[in-house]
Amino acid sequence: MSGDHEGVFDDRAPGLEEHDPTAGYLSYTVGFALAIVATLASFFVAQTNLIWAPGIPVGLIVLALAQIGVHLVFFLHLGSDRDSTNNILALAFGMLVVLLIIAGSVWIVGNLNSNMMPM
Amino acid sequence: MSITATDEALTAVPSEFTRRGGGGPAGKRIVVAYGFWIFILSDMVMFSALFATYAVLSGNTAGGPTGAELFNLRNVFIETVCLLLSSYTCGLGALSAERRQPTRFFVFAALTFLLGAAFLIIEATEFARMVQNGAGPSRSGFLSAFFALVGMHGAHVTSGLLALVYLSAQVIAKGLQPAVLRRLLCWSLFWHALDIVWVGVFTLVYLMGVHH
Repeated sequence: MSGDHEGVFDDRAPGLEEHDPTAGYLSYTVGFALAIVATLASFFVAQTNLIWAPGIPVGLIVLALAQIGVHLVFFLHLGSDRDSTNNILALAFGMLVVLLIIAGSVWIVGNLNSNMMPM
Repeated sequence: MSITATDEALTAVPSEFTRRGGGGPAGKRIVVAYGFWIFILSDMVMFSALFATYAVLSGNTAGGPTGAELFNLRNVFIETVCLLLSSYTCGLGALSAERRQPTRFFVFAALTFLLGAAFLIIEATEFARMVQNGAGPSRSGFLSAFFALVGMHGAHVTSGLLALVYLSAQVIAKGLQPAVLRRLLCWSLFWHALDIVWVGVFTLVYLMGVHH
C-alpha cells in the first residue's frame, strides 16, 4: 500500500545542481555551447540576405526564446523534475505577467496610435 | 507491508498528499533561493514594462537618428559574448564554491568580474559616443526608451559587479561557510538572470533595430 512512493521528494532550489561531481561542469559547458550557437545564429539571421526579409523578426524571436530556454535549463537548472515544481510555477506566473504587460501595452498603444488624428 | 516507523510517519496521509512538502519544511538554502527567485521574477516584470515601452516607442525617432544608423553590431556581439562567458564562469565559480575550492572560486570570480566590466566599458563607450553625436536620451522617444531599457540593464550589471566584490570579500573574511554559500547562490541566480534579459535586449533592440 505504502510501498509505491518513489524515492524522497525534496524541494529544489533554483540554480542549485544535484550533487553529482561531473554533471555540473558538463551542464554549464553544454549550456554555454548551445547559447553561443544560438547567439551566432541570431547575429547571422539579422544580417543575412539568404532569408526572406519579413521572416527575419520571427526567426530572431524563435532564436531568442530558444536561448532563454537554454539559459533556464543549463544555467538556472530549472528542469521538469518534480523537485523544482515550485520554481517552475513561480516562473510560469512571472511569464504570464510579463506577457500581459508586453502584449497588452503593444496592443493598446498600437490601437491608440492608429486612432490618432493625422498631424 | 512491512514499513519502518519513519515511513509510517511520512505516509500517515495518502501518498498523493505527501508529495510536495511531505518531508517537512524545506531547508534554509531552498527557501532562500526560492525567495530570491521570486525577486528575480519581479525584476523581470519591471524589465517587461521597459521592453513594452521600447516596443511602443521604437518607431518614434522624431526625425532623429534611427537604430540602424546608430547601432554597431560588432560591438554588440562582443558585449554579448562577454556577458555569456561571464555567465559561464559565474556558473563554474558557483560550482567551485559549492565544492569548497576557494582558489578556483577566486579565479572564476575574477574572470566573471573582468568579463562583466568589459561589457560595461563597451556599453558606456557606446553611450558616450551616442550622446556626443547628439543622440542622447532627450533626442527622441525612441532614444529615451533605448537609454531607459539598456541603461537599466547596465545599472543591474553594475550593481552585480559591486555585489560580487562584496561577496568575494566575505569569502575572504568568513570562508565558504553556509551563509556565504547561500548569498553566492543568490548572486549567481541574479547574474544568470541578467544574461537572460540581455538576450531580449540584443534581439529586440539591436538585431531588430538594425534590420528595420
